[in-house]
Amino acid sequence: MGDHSNSNVSFYKASSGIKSWLYTLDHKRIGLMYLGLILLGFLVGGLMATLLRFELLSPEKLLLTAKQYNQVFTLHGAVMVFLFVIPSIPAAFGNFLLPLQIGAKDVAFPRLNLLSLYIYFLGALMMVAAIFMGSVDTGWTFYTPYSISSDTSVVMTVLGAFVLGFSSILTGVNFIATIHKMRAPGMTWFKMPLFCWSLYATAIIQVLATPVLAITLLLLALERLIGVGIFDPALGGDPVLFEHFFWFYSHPAVYIMILPAMGVMNELVTTFCKKNIFGYRLIAYSSIAIAAISFVVWGHHLFVSGQSYFANMLFSLITFLVAIPSAIKVFNWLATMYKGSISITAPFLYFLWFLFMFSVGGFTGVVLGSLSLDVHLHDTYYVVAHFHYVMMGGVVMAFLGALHYWWPKMTGKLYNEPMAKFAAVLIFIGFNWVFFVQFLMGSKGMPRRYYTYLDQFQPYHIISTIGSWVLLAAFLLVAYIFIRSLRKGEPAPNNPWGGLTLEWHISSPPTLENFEKIPVIKHDPYDYERMPIP
Amino acid sequence: MADQVESLVEHGNIWFPDAAGSMATKVDFLYSVTMWVSVVIFVAMFLVGLYFVIKYKRSAINQKAESHVTDNVRLELAWSFIPFVLLMILFAWSFRDYLDLVIAPPDAQEIKVVAKKWLWEVEYPELNMKALNEIVVPVSTPIKLTMTATDVLHSLFIPNFRVKRDIIPNRYSTLWFEAIKPGVFQLFCTEFCGDGHSEMIGIVRVLSEPDYQEWLLAGSEDESIPLDELGKKLYVSKACNTCHSIDGTDMVGPTWKGLFNSDRNLQSGEVVTADDNYIRESIVYPQVKLVSGYQPVMPAYAGLLSDRDIDGIIAYIKTLK
Ligand code: HEC
Ligand SMILES: [Cu+2]
Ligand SMILES: [Cu+2]
Repeated sequence: MGDHSNSNVSFYKASSGIKSWLYTLDHKRIGLMYLGLILLGFLVGGLMATLLRFELLSPEKLLLTAKQYNQVFTLHGAVMVFLFVIPSIPAAFGNFLLPLQIGAKDVAFPRLNLLSLYIYFLGALMMVAAIFMGSVDTGWTFYTPYSISSDTSVVMTVLGAFVLGFSSILTGVNFIATIHKMRAPGMTWFKMPLFCWSLYATAIIQVLATPVLAITLLLLALERLIGVGIFDPALGGDPVLFEHFFWFYSHPAVYIMILPAMGVMNELVTTFCKKNIFGYRLIAYSSIAIAAISFVVWGHHLFVSGQSYFANMLFSLITFLVAIPSAIKVFNWLATMYKGSISITAPFLYFLWFLFMFSVGGFTGVVLGSLSLDVHLHDTYYVVAHFHYVMMGGVVMAFLGALHYWWPKMTGKLYNEPMAKFAAVLIFIGFNWVFFVQFLMGSKGMPRRYYTYLDQFQPYHIISTIGSWVLLAAFLLVAYIFIRSLRKGEPAPNNPWGGLTLEWHISSPPTLENFEKIPVIKHDPYDYERMPIP
Repeated sequence: MADQVESLVEHGNIWFPDAAGSMATKVDFLYSVTMWVSVVIFVAMFLVGLYFVIKYKRSAINQKAESHVTDNVRLELAWSFIPFVLLMILFAWSFRDYLDLVIAPPDAQEIKVVAKKWLWEVEYPELNMKALNEIVVPVSTPIKLTMTATDVLHSLFIPNFRVKRDIIPNRYSTLWFEAIKPGVFQLFCTEFCGDGHSEMIGIVRVLSEPDYQEWLLAGSEDESIPLDELGKKLYVSKACNTCHSIDGTDMVGPTWKGLFNSDRNLQSGEVVTADDNYIRESIVYPQVKLVSGYQPVMPAYAGLLSDRDIDGIIAYIKTLK
């Protein structure tokens, strides 16, 4: 790797052999390895979801016992949150693209970057180990005292999440340093692509909030191992304190997940409308505003826990405030489409799906933030539907959009666009089929995390489960499209979509050094009026 | 006295179950307002998006955008400020309703609830009565539940009344409601509490004033029915059925089928015969003789079942061959 003699070959060919990947310091290779692992996590979490939905076809036992069901929904949540959604866009696409978009050769600390990949791998292994050591049945929230008394391997899982947290922190630190120090000459803060802004806001949350989760999980492990009595009411501890600690991280974590997704949206809308973004500064500031406010809304998860009325009032108020910057972004994206030159490609379809589903998630989030309404809806399927609309309808759609959009850049191959559009439509149908009906059954009173249920709810569950098969088929089709592209795809041009940001100025796939010479930035990142399309 | 538990799905509108609590209509009204305002905004956004996609669809490969406008301060102020105002209205409104929803009137009648894996113990302090998985209340009377848990977190949820509250070990939480019509309503546990979480359900029986008086006089027990039938009733009403089957399936606890007079392997290694005394002890002090292969999770029923109740259960078990 020290050998840079041939600077025209792609980073894939710059060196070869398994070691060239395992020891690589190249942000692109690290990003790709993250992508592989993350997709594996998504596959596992997704198959578990399908299994859960299958079991729910009937209130009777089909495949799983109550305990197994509880274990599977816990793992579905933990895998999706810790192994997939949190690292998804920042670790995979962020790593690959941040240096390209700001005109740098690599991130600020390449070795730290490789370390964080290995830590992620270790954490994932620990979680897998936990599955074989008795699994967990506490829900991904690990609420005490159930998690203290459960006879499953809570400690191993929790330590796995603890380790994963470090990977997240290191990536965050690395991105902050990279963005501060490595921007190409002329790239002022406000000439930076908005995807980088969103990574910056995300990194700040990662660095500030993750340690709290780490401490909480460590205390939980200690509680189980030596009974320190902080959370265990039998020892005079306070289980509600655990809920506070847990959500102090896990609410901001929601924004760790959604902010990078919003960042992707900016890239998609500008490229496919050939238009400068509407309200660049407002979008950039609202990322930072969301990051800041996200730290003080955690209490909305505790509206019925016995938190004081005054605290509930404040948390409800602040929750409403955080809705505003999110709404602003949605309006700005819509406005960007105005008088654009809109090309409806698969990635742009995912952009539209995000707009649609994230809005549904946002509106229902406002309902849940309303105190008197939340009392009824809390811990029902309404909440399940709401956060799937945000997490899956939002983050996963943006993730898919990013995957299609940057695929030619990352692999140097084109995928089958008509087929991808068809798959995108199928995903939209499948997703809404699974989750929309869950709003209805939730407000009708169906509690979440129920292995068996009253017969009267069965029609809702059947509809939802059939939808899950459509969704599964759609995802398999997407997988097929990309695997086919890897094997038979035509070589991609450097700029298949007519994008303006720096990654489209260089070859597909990029060379090891990214840029032949470091570019000098004079224009706004999406200035389609003045800049020629490379 | 209607015995049928009111269906959540069939009664009420497509969003909510029937409104049977004094606060329910207020909650439903605010929900409708919020939802319809949201729907209007959502549909407007959707149509705008759809219009743009159709109108500005790229027709030639090199077609450029028609306009490059990037800012419009007035517009941006408008779409920051209008949501702000709407949200503040919703905030104030929902907070006001919330206070009514959670602050019990001073004259509310008190009932104590103890939640444990996986049943609800209900105690009427003024009547000196105890029951399981069923709360009996008079209509049009504010009721305040004072609740605690003995093991892990639970949460009591009565959809028809739109009330819910977490229950925490070592603490009292309270929840109040006032039923506006007689009927039998569903009660759920909504905080995950382990294997039997989804079966930790009960009912709230709301009686009209005359029915309630009758119930008070009758007490909770019926002396006339034969023992094994009493046992059969208790099997369900005292929640034994959440852990024990009568058809041979293995659940959280051992099945009762063929239990009587069989040899039981205990965790201590002993083997004992399941006679009357063994069964009695297993019910009253379940932790003393643990059957091997099962967790010590069965709650102790000492004080919760009368002697006649226990005799009834034993008589019922004897019938399950
Ligand atoms: C929370 C679950 C649970 C509930 C509720 C429960 N049990 Fe049990 N029960 C168990 C378990 C587990 C065992 C086996 C371990 C033990 O011996 O305690 C058991 C054991 C027994 C035994 C001994 C059975 C044998 O095979 O030797 C009897 C009798 C019994 N229970 C009666 C009852 C009755 C009567 C009720 C209702 C009033 C009841 N149980 C409610 C969990 C439960
Ligand atoms: Cu939250
Ligand atoms: Cu429960």
